[in-house]
Amino acid sequence: MTADVQTGAGAPKAGSFAERAHLALDDKPLRANFRRAMDGLMAKRAAQFPDAADLAALRARGAAIKERALARLPDLLEQLEARCTGNGIKVHWAETTDEANRIVLGIFREHGVKTVVKGKSMVSEEMHLNAFLGEHGIQAIESDLGEYIIQLAGEMPSHIVMPCIHKNKGQIGALFAEHIEGQRYTEDVDELTAAARRVLRDRFAEADAGISGVNFAVAETGTLVLVENEGNGRLSTTLPPLHVAVMGIEKLVETLDDIPPLLALLPRSATGQPITTYVNMITSPRREGEKDGPREVHLVLLDNGRTRVYADPELRETLRCIRCGACMNHCPVYARVGGHTYDAVYPGPIGKILTPQIAGLDAAGDLPHASSLCNACVEVCPVKIPIADILVRLRREAVRPSASNAVKGAGGGWTLSESSAWAGWKWLHANPVLYRLGSRALALAGNLIPAGLPPLKAWTSVRSKPKFAPRTLHQLARDKGFDDA
Amino acid sequence: MSTPSAAVPPERPETVYFFGTCLVDLFYPQAGLAGMELLKRQGLRVVFPQDQTCCGQPARNCGFFEEARAVARAQFDAFPEPWPIVVPSGSCAGMMRVHYPQLFADQPDRERAEAFAARIYELSWFLVHVLDCKLADHGEPVTVTWHASCHSMREMGVTDEPKRLLRSLENVTLVENPRERECCGFGGTFSVRQPEVSAAMVADKIDALRSTGATEMVTGDCGCLMNITGALDRMGGKAGPPLRGRHLAEFLLERSDDR
Repeated sequence: MTADVQTGAGAPKAGSFAERAHLALDDKPLRANFRRAMDGLMAKRAAQFPDAADLAALRARGAAIKERALARLPDLLEQLEARCTGNGIKVHWAETTDEANRIVLGIFREHGVKTVVKGKSMVSEEMHLNAFLGEHGIQAIESDLGEYIIQLAGEMPSHIVMPCIHKNKGQIGALFAEHIEGQRYTEDVDELTAAARRVLRDRFAEADAGISGVNFAVAETGTLVLVENEGNGRLSTTLPPLHVAVMGIEKLVETLDDIPPLLALLPRSATGQPITTYVNMITSPRREGEKDGPREVHLVLLDNGRTRVYADPELRETLRCIRCGACMNHCPVYARVGGHTYDAVYPGPIGKILTPQIAGLDAAGDLPHASSLCNACVEVCPVKIPIADILVRLRREAVRPSASNAVKGAGGGWTLSESSAWAGWKWLHANPVLYRLGSRALALAGNLIPAGLPPLKAWTSVRSKPKFAPRTLHQLARDKGFDDA
Repeated sequence: MSTPSAAVPPERPETVYFFGTCLVDLFYPQAGLAGMELLKRQGLRVVFPQDQTCCGQPARNCGFFEEARAVARAQFDAFPEPWPIVVPSGSCAGMMRVHYPQLFADQPDRERAEAFAARIYELSWFLVHVLDCKLADHGEPVTVTWHASCHSMREMGVTDEPKRLLRSLENVTLVENPRERECCGFGGTFSVRQPEVSAAMVADKIDALRSTGATEMVTGDCGCLMNITGALDRMGGKAGPPLRGRHLAEFLLERSDDR
């Protein structure tokens, strides 16, 4: 039986992304774990999409399906509610995570629930649901192997698809030996999996309720689609007498026909699998004469800032995300620092745009700057979210808020020195004569600038100081007789 | 949209503009001159407007859009004729081709920005697709590796063109590095805002470049060049055998020069 299962949100973190990155970069096993995992995932995805034209067509279709659904989001949400209700699923609306947590708690209290098995759900992470339930005397056990491992360790997921990708088998072996009664230390993956299975099997049988997320909700039929590999999602949603599903309001599609193209993109982008082991489609509680399934199913729809994001057409593209994590797998920053460095529920490139939009720029304003704008994420996103453009848009919001008022905490993310630096930069570069004078001065004396001045100081921490050429290209072009006009 | 901007090769022009970029202007003018010389040797008249300054990318990427637009407008004025504008940098080319239309989407001079953007070409792409450039190789045998810039690949759709030019040189052996598609960690202000992450990225890039056994690293972007050669220089000889870094234009010109 498991010992002390923790429900906290992980160890305290240093203040800024750069400070947390410093700690992560120093952690050699962590860096090796991520590098190995991300290299493997990139190769697996590439093998799934051998034909560039097919991939382009599939991505265009995936993007169009999500865009079409988002364009009609308010209508479709009403349709979903009507269909679900008609099918016997009880639908609840939550504007905030606190509201969503209280709805879930209310349902559980009504049924006298004490223990819960949970399938993997990023929205439940967004709600910090486990901690909330724990505070109210209800123990929720993660049943996805990765989530179970980080729950034992008292950590947050470091990846949205593979939550414990930051750990190697030795670290997991040690964790299991410490927390699972009768379990010896081993690095044998089969033995470790069997140990977790042994513990979790009983939990499924004992649980008063199951919690799950939702990958896609179909408005036309009121169907909740859930993809998973371990069967734990199926057990969590069919074995206990009560099932509560939580989802963000953007997870909607119009019709069942929209599902196959999205399923052709999601697992192949995420883990490089042609399809997941299980695809669950839940349309109602147990019907008359059926032998299994919960007696009652609830669906909690969470907004948590999404309608604010939705209101801005450019930012709305963020909501197309199908949570495959391909952007993380291909991000050179993520591969080096790992998910915990972001100190956010959603790490990596999508997290860098989603987190500041949900939590506000005042809380997460440094995340949009934690990117070299290399566009690797944009290249692989199965629904073509222009992540780099939105990163830059958020950087702009930090400087000057837009009229749409879509991002919280906008306008406070600049310093007087930065703003004056750009004013000076503009003055110099928008005036050709000044630019020529300034650049000639730099060619003559620029190399005298001390390396200790910011931003040169940061640059020269690992690189030599760039050398100004003795004559600018402007001067050389004129010398060599190239025409000016 | 930050997607490769597919361009249809235009008719071979008589005259082209050359946009030098601010990094080339101040730090790598030889790369700029080499680019102009290559175009000239293909029989083109190359015009270098003295009023050009910078594409505006640094400000745009930091969120200072108004400042970036002011500098972009100065470039519209500096390149008044409808000639193609050739740029020895995928990153600056991407800024002007892909991001100007976005930056001016709700501005009165939107059409001017779009017309300007449509005239932008990355140097190696222009050499291959418009000029069908063939170069004789007069250099000693050498093994080189290509460093692809992110914006060249992913904004300008330049992938194989520089490698085609390198492979066409008789005495040049091109060895592809295992992390060709991965960012070197420059990213403009990223390198100073996140110096440690950037340092980890450039260190891995250098390992990948060195693993090829090449003695020369050739690239089409002076930002990457400055980052990689700056880090190589700082490591000195201790981290491995000498590896020289150069801009593609400079490398191509030197090889094809029989003087």
